[in-house]
Amino acid sequence: MDVAWLYGLIGGLLIGCAGAVLLLGTGRVMGASGIVGGLLDGSGTDRGATWAFVAGLIATPALMSLSGWQVDTHATSQLWVLILGGLAVGIGTRFANGCTSGHGVCGLSRLSVRGLVATLAYIGAGAVTVTVLRIGLGL
Amino acid sequence: MRAVLSLISGALFGAGLHVSGMTDTDRVRGFLDFAGAWDPTLAFVMGGAILPMILAWRLARRGTPLVGGSFPNLPTQEITRPLIIGSVLFGVGWGLVGLCPGPALASLSYGGWQGAVFLCAMLAGMWAVPPLRRMLDSRGLRA
Repeated sequence: MDVAWLYGLIGGLLIGCAGAVLLLGTGRVMGASGIVGGLLDGSGTDRGATWAFVAGLIATPALMSLSGWQVDTHATSQLWVLILGGLAVGIGTRFANGCTSGHGVCGLSRLSVRGLVATLAYIGAGAVTVTVLRIGLGL
Repeated sequence: MRAVLSLISGALFGAGLHVSGMTDTDRVRGFLDFAGAWDPTLAFVMGGAILPMILAWRLARRGTPLVGGSFPNLPTQEITRPLIIGSVLFGVGWGLVGLCPGPALASLSYGGWQGAVFLCAMLAGMWAVPPLRRMLDSRGLRA
């Protein structure tokens, strides 16, 4: 039986708890793009705490992998796809002021209209992209 | 205290991404493949993550954050052009590779060179936005 959905649900609950700890603990909205972008362009506040967040985010998957729970990312090895995709995600999330965690998780949970519009837009664009790539280019 | 709570939050976020399988780009792209063999996992992740956050926003209505200060003043509910264009652009990149900013960062620890290349390109894109915004603003295109 495929229990991916159950792992998804448990992982999702953990992500939601991460957002709750950050919001109720420090008063910040957990948005990955805002947190990283703030470090880059200096617009972010509280850099020490932000680096701590990033360290935790990178460390736990590493520790879990080392302890034997490994996952494969299956990411493409086509250089141009990686670079184009990375640029689009970087530029897009900063213009939109949020990504899957900020607009999606934190926005939808407070019934934010902006969060809903953003989420529909990126899921829609993502779906079109995947479909075009698969059917049109066989990627 | 702020740093400790941020570290705990980041660690939970990373664990959640790892457990849920959202670090696997095939799962993410599978969710976006509505016309193909659709993989609903991401919907469960999103739903699961929203539940604790609903509670958190409720609690945030009264009181202050644990470390003091106040809860953020969130932007108005204005639907702007940058919100939509930016989100569409993000979605295209997300569909191309299957990584969004959180997993892209987390993938540094296990994602091999592919994750690192994606992350570098993403950081370059983020870094370019403030000057890009100024350029668009100066040409009268409100971004």
